[in-house]
Amino acid sequence: MEYFIFFLAAALALAGALGVVLLRNPAHCALSLVVTLISVAIFFAQLGAALLVAMQIIVYAGAIVVLFLFVIMLLGVDRKESVEEPLKFQRPVALVLGVILFAEVVFLIGHQWATGASSSGTAHAIHGGGAGLGGNVERVARSLFTDFLWPFEITAALLVLAVVGAVVLARRSGESAETVEAGEAS
Amino acid sequence: MPVLATTIDAGWYLVLAALIFTIGAAGLLTRRNVLVMFMCVELMLNAVNLTFVTFARELNDIRGQVIVFFILAVAAAEVAVGLAIIVAIFRRRRGATADDLDLLKDPTA
Repeated sequence: MEYFIFFLAAALALAGALGVVLLRNPAHCALSLVVTLISVAIFFAQLGAALLVAMQIIVYAGAIVVLFLFVIMLLGVDRKESVEEPLKFQRPVALVLGVILFAEVVFLIGHQWATGASSSGTAHAIHGGGAGLGGNVERVARSLFTDFLWPFEITAALLVLAVVGAVVLARRSGESAETVEAGEAS
Repeated sequence: MPVLATTIDAGWYLVLAALIFTIGAAGLLTRRNVLVMFMCVELMLNAVNLTFVTFARELNDIRGQVIVFFILAVAAAEVAVGLAIIVAIFRRRRGATADDLDLLKDPTA
């Protein structure tokens, strides 16, 4: 049963990924991306990462893809991409490079393994490791707010900076020209 | 406690993540629309997230899942800034493909 779910979700994930690359209309690409993101959420559920399932659906499938679709609709770029290629042999070369990359990664999977001791029995364990550690959410939260508190605060600063930067960059260029002219006149 | 703890071998997840990563990389090299190239980057990030969670299960270490939390936050920030840049480019150059960004190219060449 779990293999059935795995292969179903794997087929959906690969179909969605191929759809992102092969479909001509950017709006269709964004919808294919949702299929892949939800399939990855299913894998997270299978691997026991309950909090990440919710975050994957809310942040990725919810916020990020809606942002993509919003920009596609706003700019009206949902027309088809031209098929002729300015660079000759770009697609065959990309295909060959992709196959080489895949071969490299699979070679690494077969011949190397992540080093590091299992954390069973410590406070970092995903399951087991003493009573009172709580479920998946409690364990992630404990790690996040103790070991990773400083990166967590930096991430908060990063998000604020990203919001400010997005507002500054997306501002109409006419407004900045006007303020420059006003500054020169005064 | 895992919600649906499986006994599926980690190798399956790793090969699948490698496949998604490769598709994303090949798409980044072939597509011209900047928005679709961005989506291919998201595909590659997701493949890496899947690898992180797989190794978190293999090593029984919750910190692999915490890293994915940070990758999600950074991806959200990256998309916000990147799409703002695309909107700004589109306002000036009336096009959102990588071929439109040839400002440095010598027009007489």
